Amino acid sequence: MVESADDLPPEVASWIGQERYRQPGEFEVERGYVYTSCASVENGNPLFWDEAVARELTGGWIAPPTMLSVWFRPHYWAPNRTGTAQPLQVHFDLKEALDLPEAVMTDNTIVFGEPVRPGDRLVTWQVLRSVSPLKRTRLGTGRFWVIDVVYENQRGEWVGTETYTGFGYRREA
Amino acid sequence: MSGERLTIDQVKPGLALPELAVDVTATTVVLGAMASRDWRPMHHDKDFAQQRNGVRDIFLNTPNIAAWYERYLTDWSGPTGRLGRMRFRMRESIFPGDRMVLRGTVEKVEVDELGCAWAELSLSISVGERLCSDCTARIALPARPGDNPWRRRGADWRP
Repeated sequence: MVESADDLPPEVASWIGQERYRQPGEFEVERGYVYTSCASVENGNPLFWDEAVARELTGGWIAPPTMLSVWFRPHYWAPNRTGTAQPLQVHFDLKEALDLPEAVMTDNTIVFGEPVRPGDRLVTWQVLRSVSPLKRTRLGTGRFWVIDVVYENQRGEWVGTETYTGFGYRREA
Repeated sequence: MSGERLTIDQVKPGLALPELAVDVTATTVVLGAMASRDWRPMHHDKDFAQQRNGVRDIFLNTPNIAAWYERYLTDWSGPTGRLGRMRFRMRESIFPGDRMVLRGTVEKVEVDELGCAWAELSLSISVGERLCSDCTARIALPARPGDNPWRRRGADWRP
């Protein structure tokens, strides 16, 4: 899947295929937040509300699969926080390294693996998959890039991957 | 959600899912942002959204849209439906006062070489004539009564 444009700065080219920003979640997966998420979309799936159904089908409580990235978004405040990597730090690194001040996300794919369970401590990392040659679009001139954000649980089992396509660009003068 | 457990033999390409209409309020937007720990002000501060983003109000955030799609799919499939893959795109913002409508159609049905049954669907969220988001999703359903896609682990799960 790795592919690159020939004219990339060597530093950026070296990021392609490289695992970066490996970090553990700041807190463990917890049911309180599962309820908050389900309530926000009125999700009555008994897997998240009825322990007998959860035990029968999933061997106990699980979290909604689409909450994957929630477990890595920090609380608004924490004592002694000195700053953490942003959820898509590679995206911001690319904007800076390629001097492309504007960016949009054009596409988001999520693939789900082992269920995430209350008590899990997940780990994530990011992999830059590709960067396109310069392209001109109606937004401006820039490059498309594809970034994978991979998630694993504390047992080393793959729980999911989010793939983002971003377009970093400079507005036409 | 009906509590029904849909099996793959009940699903055919072209089948339309029941529509889900939701009247979005400021509370819907703020709840969704909080549920996904998204503290960016355009999802709770109307002045910021108007002045900095140039839009008419606060708007639903992307992770919450994913949660709406999941709820819509599993309302249909029941709890034995196991989401394998989602690809979605945001096209227009959704604001308080909007009536968003989720729609879905089954595009494909297949059983993989490991015996796991899959339905592929195209989904959308619209407000009136305005398409706000579209999505393709792949969800595993029981191949027969008593089958349970959640039991698949490791190499037996190919989403």
